[in-house]
Amino acid sequence: MSYTTAINDDAHHHHNPTGWRRWLFSTNHKDIGTLYLLFALSMLFMGGASAMLIRAELFQPGIQLLDPDLYNNLVTNHALLMIFGAVMPAAAGLANWMIPLMIGAPDMALPRMNNLSFWILPAAGTMLILSFVVPFFPGGGSQINTGWTLYPPLSVQVGMSMDFLIFAIHLLGISSVLASINIIVTLLNMRAPGMTLMKMPMFCWTWLVTAFLLILVVPVLAGGVTMLLFDRHFGTSFFDAAGGGDPVLFQHLFWFFGHPEVYVLLLPSIGVLSHVIPTFSRKPLFGYKSMVGAMIAVATIGMVVWAHHQYTIGMSLGAVSYFMIGTIIISIPVGLMIFNFIATMWRGAMTFETPMLFAVAIIMMFTFGGLSGVMLAVVPADMQYHDSMFVVAHFHYVLMPGAVFGLFAGVFYWLPKWTGHMYDEKLAKIFFWVNVIGFNLTFFPQHFLGLAGMPRRIIDYNVMFTEFNVVSSIGAMIFGFSHLLLLYIVIKTIRGGEKATAQVWEGAKGLEWEVPSPPPFHTWETPPSIKQEQQ
Amino acid sequence: MSDADLTQKKRRTVWWLSFLVLGMFGFGFALVPLYDLLCQVTGIQSVNIRSTGSANAPYAANLKGVNESRFITIKFDASVHPNLPWEFAPVVRNLRVNPGKQYQVNFSAHNRSSSEVTGQAIPSVAPWQATGHLNKLECFCFNQQTLAGGESVEMPLRFMISPDLPKEISSLTLSYSLMKMEKPVVVQDKAKG
Repeated sequence: MSYTTAINDDAHHHHNPTGWRRWLFSTNHKDIGTLYLLFALSMLFMGGASAMLIRAELFQPGIQLLDPDLYNNLVTNHALLMIFGAVMPAAAGLANWMIPLMIGAPDMALPRMNNLSFWILPAAGTMLILSFVVPFFPGGGSQINTGWTLYPPLSVQVGMSMDFLIFAIHLLGISSVLASINIIVTLLNMRAPGMTLMKMPMFCWTWLVTAFLLILVVPVLAGGVTMLLFDRHFGTSFFDAAGGGDPVLFQHLFWFFGHPEVYVLLLPSIGVLSHVIPTFSRKPLFGYKSMVGAMIAVATIGMVVWAHHQYTIGMSLGAVSYFMIGTIIISIPVGLMIFNFIATMWRGAMTFETPMLFAVAIIMMFTFGGLSGVMLAVVPADMQYHDSMFVVAHFHYVLMPGAVFGLFAGVFYWLPKWTGHMYDEKLAKIFFWVNVIGFNLTFFPQHFLGLAGMPRRIIDYNVMFTEFNVVSSIGAMIFGFSHLLLLYIVIKTIRGGEKATAQVWEGAKGLEWEVPSPPPFHTWETPPSIKQEQQ
Repeated sequence: MSDADLTQKKRRTVWWLSFLVLGMFGFGFALVPLYDLLCQVTGIQSVNIRSTGSANAPYAANLKGVNESRFITIKFDASVHPNLPWEFAPVVRNLRVNPGKQYQVNFSAHNRSSSEVTGQAIPSVAPWQATGHLNKLECFCFNQQTLAGGESVEMPLRFMISPDLPKEISSLTLSYSLMKMEKPVVVQDKAKG
């Protein structure tokens, strides 16, 4: 493993704006990456606050804190803030920071568009928050009580807050499509000489596939919500049964986006794991080529199984069988990825720093979520589980480990690289344990609640469900407040700490570890040449 | 690679990705007509298929004659959308019928408001497997219904259950949701089937 290292530390011939201009007009991938991550962190706390309100309300049967529409609006907000506000921007932040460093490019391919795709986000976030705030004012109309799926006919009847939400989704969609175009153009054209596609680091591969998925599905969602807007205001009846439309059509448009979206959230974290696990096992990634193949298979099959979210709409036996079998088949390439990770750890010289702890936790808990996913894919069983708390437990077990813990692992893994300081390992380990235990305490009992018949998205519940809900709510408070510790660790690391070396981790390999920590403002102005096969 | 070459390559990638984005946006809208087609092929019960009755002609079923020995209970149900100021209910709620025989039932509708209102009834059948076997020969749901202020009418439904109805189904429910037409559409005539 040898690179010709050529780091140009001559930032002097570039004019670098300072103060707020540095951030607002930034075209630097590192600064934009930081902005993305900070935005995601703030949205994580807002989405988390809505989740805590939901769990506080569900602590006891009956209606204590919220009224039903407000409760459902919080459910809507929690989902949208977490998916579009926290996870996707955080993944985009990692991509911005790491992709140019990993492939030896001086910056993203389209730096000005990069600036635009970030600065759309605060506008979109404001629209999203306004959609929540508007109903509190006189004349503001009703609250968005549809959940994030926005199914008509209910979403056609909601007041003007829905229009704010529709435009927020448009803006978020434009932002992520622009970011995806930028990432694909960068990855296809700006790799260091000698780095073929099949030598590209796994994180870059996962983002290449993710970006393609986003480009294929986000425009369809944009079309769907545009039709919704037209139905609401311009007298069309795309989804209005009285005018010859069909509300179920919206479900198809939504889930055509919604199911691949799950992989959009998952894949960047799989990319992070593909770096974290080899580093702390001190072994190269097992089965690089099969990982790439499995990922493409997941993305391809994932595009054509969306109707497993809608088994109860009354499809023919042939149609449900197809969607069921397709869905279950996805577990094969996903299982292959998991086995590759386990094989990477096998007989490795493993150490358990915080990123690795998260990685091991992901493998265990994500597999568990995948298993309940197979249960939900089975049509006759799903008829019972549909819209119960079991579904809530399932997708939180998939998305918390699969997406969010993966991002945590990535943040702890690369934080010393970004800041030049080591984070406080002891505090980080405490954060990990509190976080993971809180998570399991919150969501594990929800499996039982769902199987016993508690429906989701309802403010009240039968007294017989009280015990598990109490456990779940206590878990949620532990889980929620543990993120304040994350905030503290991140701030502490930014402000100071033990100096990090360029390589940071003993087993870390790849171009990003060749530049000093923190990297200078401009890196890889002369591309490195890849002499030996990577990994 | 020179800078100009790189710019050229980047530009080409941006172009085809942009076309992909526009294409997928168009695909979203293309799904509107494709959806009805797909429903017919895969047997998903779209509203259009449900409201126009089944594709198999009632005459074909007629030829098989009346099955006097088999009885099916058909239940009628109606719900009115909150923004439509109507009362709407089936006159008869339950009926025991023979497959292959024609029946007529009435639904009574009353406009509670003082102004003219147009409504459209959307049918659905449970279990959905029976949808194709419930042949509506005449139905108020084929057309929009306009009632003057305070007017009451009886709206007829003539139907026949096909003898091909799967054996395991002994009871089915025909349910109507009545919705308000904000702007009555003249061209939309649902009496195709």
